[in-house]
Amino acid sequence: MNFDFSDEQKQMRDEARKFLAEQCPPKAVREVLDGKAPYDKALWKGLAEMGFLGVAIPEAFGGAGAGHLELCVIAEEMGRALAPVPFSSTVYLAAEAILIAGSEAQKQKWLPKIASGDAIGTLALFEGKGNPSPKAINVSANGGMLNGVKKPVADGAIADFAVVAARTGNSGRESDISLFIVDLKAGGVEVKPLTNIDPTRGQAEISFKDAKAEPLGAAGEGWSVITQVLDRAAVLMAFEQVGGADRALEMGRDYALDRIAFGRPIGSFQAVKHMLADMYVSATLARSNCYYGAWALSTNAGELPEAAAAARISATQAFQHCAKNNIQVHGGMGFTWEFDCHMYYRRANAVAVGLGSLSYWEDALIDRMRKKNAA
Amino acid sequence: MNFDDSPQEAAFRAEAKAWIAANAPKQYEEELRKASLGRVQLKGANILEVAKAWQKKKADAGWACLHWPKEYGGRGASPIERVIWQQEEGPFGRLSAMFIIGHGMCGPTMMAFAGEEQKRSYLPPLASGEKIWCQLFSEPAGGSDVAGLRTRAEKHGDEWVINGQKIWTSGAHYSDYGILLTRTDPTVPKHKGLTMFFLDMKSPGVEVRPIKQASGASDFNEVYFTDVRIPDSQRLGNVNDGWNVSLTTLMNERMSIGAGVATGFPELFDFCSSLMLEDGPAIENRAVRSKLANWAVKASGLKYTSMRAISALSKGERPGPENSIGKLVAGSMIQDVASYALDLQGAAGALNGPDDAEVAGKFQAMLLRAPGTRVEGGTDEIMRNIIAERVLGLPGDIRVDKDVPFNKIPTKGRA
Repeated sequence: MNFDFSDEQKQMRDEARKFLAEQCPPKAVREVLDGKAPYDKALWKGLAEMGFLGVAIPEAFGGAGAGHLELCVIAEEMGRALAPVPFSSTVYLAAEAILIAGSEAQKQKWLPKIASGDAIGTLALFEGKGNPSPKAINVSANGGMLNGVKKPVADGAIADFAVVAARTGNSGRESDISLFIVDLKAGGVEVKPLTNIDPTRGQAEISFKDAKAEPLGAAGEGWSVITQVLDRAAVLMAFEQVGGADRALEMGRDYALDRIAFGRPIGSFQAVKHMLADMYVSATLARSNCYYGAWALSTNAGELPEAAAAARISATQAFQHCAKNNIQVHGGMGFTWEFDCHMYYRRANAVAVGLGSLSYWEDALIDRMRKKNAA
Repeated sequence: MNFDDSPQEAAFRAEAKAWIAANAPKQYEEELRKASLGRVQLKGANILEVAKAWQKKKADAGWACLHWPKEYGGRGASPIERVIWQQEEGPFGRLSAMFIIGHGMCGPTMMAFAGEEQKRSYLPPLASGEKIWCQLFSEPAGGSDVAGLRTRAEKHGDEWVINGQKIWTSGAHYSDYGILLTRTDPTVPKHKGLTMFFLDMKSPGVEVRPIKQASGASDFNEVYFTDVRIPDSQRLGNVNDGWNVSLTTLMNERMSIGAGVATGFPELFDFCSSLMLEDGPAIENRAVRSKLANWAVKASGLKYTSMRAISALSKGERPGPENSIGKLVAGSMIQDVASYALDLQGAAGALNGPDDAEVAGKFQAMLLRAPGTRVEGGTDEIMRNIIAERVLGLPGDIRVDKDVPFNKIPTKGRA
């Protein structure tokens, strides 16, 4: 049994960590946090040059042709560094949707541009409050034209194109939904940035008024593709979350070792030690669930839907838990803008709902476990 | 990343599987499979006898204490082979419960500190289950603070005379031998005046009294020592070096990596799948699903954490510290799971008669046994200290009694 990443994959993780430590220190994240730039363009280019953007894209389409295990490794490091770039939208959502459903021509058109950093993509799914559901989709597609409003769309304000879920029928079934690729720089598209709790990752509202749309995949199969994309993204995002949780835990641990109060390091008080021990527990459970998700993703196993939901829930809980208690360990200093703790807290809580809320994934997990038991 | 056996592992697994299929006491398989926390019983059979017979059969065929050297009754197997055996042994592994302390703690301590002749005479019957061993460390005055123990050992010629009391001794009532930690010098700081021995539990002056637990059952004992004589040849390690000897014992208190820890989750999932609430099956209720999902990811998190440890063993590496979370997570989880299973039944959840209670009172038994799991073998608080100090590198607790002679340490909180 080798339920672990290979030495080559671990080496790639070390490379990514080193690269991000140099190119994406907290100072760089703050540039975006403070609104000085919509994302870190230099870092985006650098990630492309390192081959990280196309790590799971086949060589035939300009990628490195490595695989999803390698992408998991990179994702963890991106989460650790809070990289302020549209990595998840472009790589986990847009690229995966095209890989699953795209025609040869669509793959040739978009994937090389994603790998080279020349195109930012996203998935336009949500329309206001609520969780992923075919019933919640009202943006309509008629004769190759889209009409309606999507929000929030992650990285929508900086994206070049979006994969859009739209209504093509009214039967009340999943088959009413189809996917389209829309050039966001073309006519009929209006993009409005929205403020959100984590400014290091932008959100936007996108309005379509007779916007030209190209079908992605067969008509009526959009929801099945969305489900697959969300499962894959759940695993990849879970690795980001585990990376963030680990970093928050380390920050708390380091502060507890250095900070003296009542004449001793605060890390010698059991109340603080036990809080940190519990953070380690949740981060470890999440990591192990993520590994299983990575295995299922990389082998395209039938277990993926269940594994993805478990990884998603566990990693969401761990990142939220570690980020909030990291602030608690820091005390008053943790509640300043100056300390980096709040950046992890913001990210943890924003990504916690980004692919649908915790209760949505809890529901999905139980459904999927029942299905497996019934089989 | 894969879950596949190496060719050698696969061959070993096939051999183990075949032997178990041909030799295991199949008639008890179903009962053992259904056993849950607070209840491992066999109808119409004495579990101690069944367990001893299975252990002896394993030992005769070379399947007992796989990781021990052959000359002491083991198989000289690798750590991963031991895990594979546990996976294959499955529910029959539950018959090993009464041997765990002897095999996991007493045996390794004997191996490290007893003389060669003693090892050859005491270890093989321990491996084969013909002799059962217990561990006599905890005392009323020293639970988590084991080094605070007060049982005295005084040297009289070639013998030591023991007086005092131990508590929470698992299986003392059916044990043949025990390892015993005593105080030999109360005038030095507590860790520096301890000495370890092994003894025959039938020695004159040893009295075993069962403890009636909060659950109503009696798995543990108090053991009283009144002028018990132990030859100096049964001393393990140097005089006053007992603390270091005990660390060997405790370090060998290995989590049984392959067997997995009980969380109560599979039982709860099955229960919720069949239980009908006012508005339909429990598992279709939104609130129930949320609870189940939270426990599901803890259970799977523990499962795959253990898979990571097994992978390390398979590569010949030492497992990382991740496995230290198992007992901490599972202990409080099983308590919460049991409590929730009762809650789902409303007022009837309090009933535990076999005819009235759902699933024959399984969750009620689990609930009443669960507080013990959060205390035995290291309390939740001690486990968190271990994670904080050994994994995260945080400072140890400040110990106000560290440099104080043992007999000067206060013994009462409030005068």
